[in-house]
Amino acid sequence: MTRPTAPGGAGPGSAGAPGIERPADRTAMRPAVAAAVSTRRGVELALLGFAAVITTGALVLVEANQEQELTWTLLYLGAAYMAILAAAHVAVRKFAPYADPLVLPLAALLNGLGLVMIHRVDLARIARAASLGNDEPTQEALRQVGWTAIGIVFFVGVLVLVPDHRTLARYGYTAGFVGLVLLALPAVLPASLSEVNGARIWIRLGPASIQPGEFAKILFVVFFASFLVVKRDLFTSAGKRFLGMTFPRPRDLGPLLVAWGVAMAVLVFESDLGTSLMFFGIVLVMLYVATERISWVIIGLVIFGAGAFAAWTFVSRVQTRVSVWLDPFADFNGRGFQVSQGLFGLATGGVGGTGLGAGRPELVPFASTDFIFTSLGEEMGLVGIAALLLIYCLLATRAMRSALAVRDTFGKLLAAGLGFALAWQVFVVVGGVINLIPNTGITAPFVSYGGSSLVANYALVALVLRVSNAARQPASEKKPSPAAGPSAPLAPLAEASTEMVQRDQVRTPPSGVQHQEPAGPAAPTGRAPRGRTRGE
Amino acid sequence: MNTPLRRVSLAVMVLVLLLLGQATWIQVVKADEYRADPRNARVLLDEYARQRGQISAGGEVLAQSVESPDPGDRLRFLRQYTDGPLYAPVTGYYSQIYGAGGMERAMDPVLNGTDDRLFVRRISDAVTGRDPAGGNVVLSIDPRIQRAAYEAMTSRNYQGSVVAIRPQTGEILAMVSTPSYDPNPLASHNGETQQEAWEELTEAEPPTLTNRAINETYPPGSTFKIVNTAAALEAGAITPQTPVTAAPRITLPDSTTQLENYDGKPCGPGATVPFATAFAKSCNGPFAQLAVQVGADRLRGMATSLGFNNPALTVPMPVQASQVGDLDDGASVAQSGIGQRDVRLTPLQNAQIAATVANGGVPMTPNTVSQIQGQDLSTVDTTEPDRLARAFSQSTADTLTQLMIGSENNGSGEGKIPGVQIASKTGTAEWGADPKTNPPHTWYDAFGPVPNPQIAVSVIVERGGNRGEEATGGSVAAPIGRAVIAAALGGDG
Repeated sequence: MTRPTAPGGAGPGSAGAPGIERPADRTAMRPAVAAAVSTRRGVELALLGFAAVITTGALVLVEANQEQELTWTLLYLGAAYMAILAAAHVAVRKFAPYADPLVLPLAALLNGLGLVMIHRVDLARIARAASLGNDEPTQEALRQVGWTAIGIVFFVGVLVLVPDHRTLARYGYTAGFVGLVLLALPAVLPASLSEVNGARIWIRLGPASIQPGEFAKILFVVFFASFLVVKRDLFTSAGKRFLGMTFPRPRDLGPLLVAWGVAMAVLVFESDLGTSLMFFGIVLVMLYVATERISWVIIGLVIFGAGAFAAWTFVSRVQTRVSVWLDPFADFNGRGFQVSQGLFGLATGGVGGTGLGAGRPELVPFASTDFIFTSLGEEMGLVGIAALLLIYCLLATRAMRSALAVRDTFGKLLAAGLGFALAWQVFVVVGGVINLIPNTGITAPFVSYGGSSLVANYALVALVLRVSNAARQPASEKKPSPAAGPSAPLAPLAEASTEMVQRDQVRTPPSGVQHQEPAGPAAPTGRAPRGRTRGE
Repeated sequence: MNTPLRRVSLAVMVLVLLLLGQATWIQVVKADEYRADPRNARVLLDEYARQRGQISAGGEVLAQSVESPDPGDRLRFLRQYTDGPLYAPVTGYYSQIYGAGGMERAMDPVLNGTDDRLFVRRISDAVTGRDPAGGNVVLSIDPRIQRAAYEAMTSRNYQGSVVAIRPQTGEILAMVSTPSYDPNPLASHNGETQQEAWEELTEAEPPTLTNRAINETYPPGSTFKIVNTAAALEAGAITPQTPVTAAPRITLPDSTTQLENYDGKPCGPGATVPFATAFAKSCNGPFAQLAVQVGADRLRGMATSLGFNNPALTVPMPVQASQVGDLDDGASVAQSGIGQRDVRLTPLQNAQIAATVANGGVPMTPNTVSQIQGQDLSTVDTTEPDRLARAFSQSTADTLTQLMIGSENNGSGEGKIPGVQIASKTGTAEWGADPKTNPPHTWYDAFGPVPNPQIAVSVIVERGGNRGEEATGGSVAAPIGRAVIAAALGGDG
């Protein structure tokens, strides 16, 4: 993180110097400088162009290696992708001008590389169908471009409908309830409508299938962020000290046990380790961020471990996953086939990969969805996998950075939760296909073929952008907070991380939602001493 | 709240590092193991996706890969053999299930394009965007000679082998093994076809998959008398005029075993005959005595310098080593001297003996590959003749040639070529547990024309062909050998 250095004695004149990032939280305190804070949208546009160049290059390689002629379809596909990116960029310019310039290009690059690989698997499927004399299968890449468009519609929608992320705090319980319903729906619905390949995590509506878990993920982050802002006291009350950590009192464990119960229910009733792991991991991390107590994580891991062990004992699907994980080759032609083939593909790719379009990713079942990472790893090698993982890492840490920079507690928790959710999902899915952890059936964000995942993750990115916009926006331009205006010799107070949200919530008390925390311009009770909350 | 945020960021990086660690484990450490796993179809598919080089000889393409005619084939190239059975002992087979044999196996790195000699070509393929393809192998086999030998054997329904060598270079001009097989069904992309063909071929009686020319060893019988005589001549133990016993049978030293001539008749009217006569008539007694006289060490030494006892020989297919066997006592030395007892050699080795005589006593390393080409048919590497240490002197070679001319002129003469002088030695080798009732293997080692030999040939017809117990090298194998030499010389005149 770049520690802001106030330009020594410099006036507005030097504020526009390119390349020096000015976190808004500091500069905001100096209205004169704030007015000239760069929006850095130009950087974003350049990076988007770069993402488009990489994607185009990858596509050309695939076509060359597959000896395909450049078709009009492909041109449309490329043009559509770029038009969608351009639309997203324009929307960011208009609705979140101070947003982090890296986030959208990173997401776009992942999406682009995913499209290329989906197209590449399409070519293999088409060739296979042609050789068998079957009808040509639908091109998933075309559909995915469609989903990208819908994803960007959601993206823009979030930016427009949520002009200030703090308004979301009002809908915390609603979000939590809807998320719970979405999560539970597949388990309640008849299997014919919800079960795909053994996991009941789908809602099938005619031709389209939705994985509600992808949306539930975001809704839960929103819920936990607002819940933790309000009920933080509940989790920080004194308890016993043990091994240098403060453990909560047993009667305060309630909320965590509820979350645990939900995770276990998902595991047992939907047979889905992935979603369960996702959900509980996010809960623990947000709890940790809110309370600064590692003891919550330890308690959570222990009870989740116990629950998972119990599930392993009783749920045959979980047993299968674990036995495949321990030795994928033991049942090569049966349950271990997919993972083994994936490992073969990765190994054949080696360090440099076979080259885009020159491998055999189609030998792995679900080469364009759950197992797209083995396809990428086969054709782009360890180098390609490392690059993709670093893109994810950058994306997640940009969200974390926004969390650090933003001044309100809700924003911090929201951005941190979303960023961690993204990284955690990548860990769970990639770890699964490369056999680091038992394989689960979830998708790689932005890369895998699948509408729900893509749309949900674009919405997620939009929220991250919204928070980062708030973090970098000069205070003078903040529409809803006149109180933080130029009259502020409040500089030391601004370091108190939750000030803004408190003030704001007081100003607009949401009806029906119990945000009854003692309000006031000063830090609320139960808060850590101001000195400990370091500003960045 | 910022401290935990930083820690969570750190945790995210640790998660990514864990993933990278595992990816490295699979893609670097375990990569070779997984890549080579027989259940990993990618390597196979790749192999068949690249056009394998062709095997050609004398301008004829013997084996080549063509686009699979079946559009539904997931393997792109199909291996095809022209005149499969004729060349099968040389080309071998190329099967998805059963691997490769013969030249397909021995020259695999060139044919699949991974050979280091093709490295520059691979780079240029990559730069110019040409489809990577394997290199081509050009054989020294002369299709005319190969065909003549194969047809001479198969038209008579003979089981055996013919090997022809150019004496001055060691180039193998013909390598026939009958009965042969068609490698095409083994190269089929249909697993069942492959399986059926394989089962049929491996269960065939007499065996067909083996290349008798280099993979089987036989007792050489009287053809080994060339080696025996060479050792004796080098030792100065004998001249063509030396009188030797004409007795129809002798008693082997250190035993009571009687050794008699082929037909049990004496070698001549008197008590002795000149050695040249004994050689021409292939009388056994004098050679048994000669072997004892020369001694085990010299006999073994001569055999070794002619190529025996060399398990490392490849042409480039690995060649079964020929053996002289035990020479511990007088009886075994005597019997080995006439090519019985434990003497075993490959038809290639026998041809090599004749070729060495033809080449004035200098053996040449036998080889079947004359050139390696890039996919554009440009020459990448040419096999240069490889001279081995001299086995015997020019004068010994000259004497042997004269002795072999005498042998050739003494024979029945079926298939003789007018105006062409051949030097030869026939052999009729007993074998098996009951040698007197088994039809013998019949041999014919020859080269011609004298002077200026163009070709040396060795023919073995197993079990006496169709002549049963009466078969002799002269009556069964010689006409084949002469036909092969005729075919070789036919092109010149």
